[in-house]
Amino acid sequence: MSIITNINKLFDHRIRLGIMSVLMVNEFADFNMLKELLGATDGNLASHTKALEKADYILVEKQFIGRKPNTRYSVTKLGKAEFKKHIEALEKLIHKT
Amino acid sequence: MSNKDYLKDISEIKNLMNKSSRFISLSGLSGILAGIYALIGAALTYYLVTTYSYGTLILDGWVFRTVMLILFLVAFFSATTGIFLTTRKAKKNDEKIWDNSSKRLLFNFLIPLIAGGLYILIILSQGKYGQTGGLMLIFYGLALINASKYSIGDIKYLGFIQIILGLIAALYPGFGFWLWVIGFGIMHIVYGTWMHFKYDVK
Repeated sequence: MSIITNINKLFDHRIRLGIMSVLMVNEFADFNMLKELLGATDGNLASHTKALEKADYILVEKQFIGRKPNTRYSVTKLGKAEFKKHIEALEKLIHKT
Repeated sequence: MSNKDYLKDISEIKNLMNKSSRFISLSGLSGILAGIYALIGAALTYYLVTTYSYGTLILDGWVFRTVMLILFLVAFFSATTGIFLTTRKAKKNDEKIWDNSSKRLLFNFLIPLIAGGLYILIILSQGKYGQTGGLMLIFYGLALINASKYSIGDIKYLGFIQIILGLIAALYPGFGFWLWVIGFGIMHIVYGTWMHFKYDVK
């Protein structure tokens, strides 16, 4: 089944899906914003952003605001395309069955 | 995963996209009150102009200055009521009042509004005040449409209505005052009521 192959294993988690959703509609988001929106713990969120970063789906930029370190995330072209495919596959699955 | 889980995924995605990019805690009640302030202001203005100014507005009389003051007060009270009620609603929704989404909303709302406000002041100072009512409606409508991308999408319809009223006012400057009353007074009340029952009463 070709539809099943479009379901991306990397997105098969609530937090990862959440990170991608937020980044799709925002130019960028910082760590705290994601944390608040998703209701995730620091460690949990960090491990999921790392996984998405490794796949080149999101871009991580570390910078300083004053003295405070700040990490901000944005979605890459690849991430955008993969996410779209994933959503389309989800929709098809729902309509088919 | 079952079908139900996928559906839940999709609705969660939609929810997060909205929550992270749109500020939705705008209060419908503040729209109603803004409309009432506008009507009170318009009634005072009407009374002043018809009793002391023989129905016409002379640009540098006290009546004109009082009318400007009334206009300012209407805008001021509308803004403070809006901020107060929106803060209250945001608290209830567990949404932050001053985050990226509300900043973006305010910024995009203010661009056409400030540009229009300055433009109106400039042409007023040149003595061309026949178009003021129409211009206020048009720029306010543009501000609403611009803001609708960052808030409840429905406010763009109010924006379209204001622009249409503004264009009619430009065509018939004699009705400028009454169109202003419809746009800022009555439409706010109608729209605020609709928003109140659609989003606030659950």
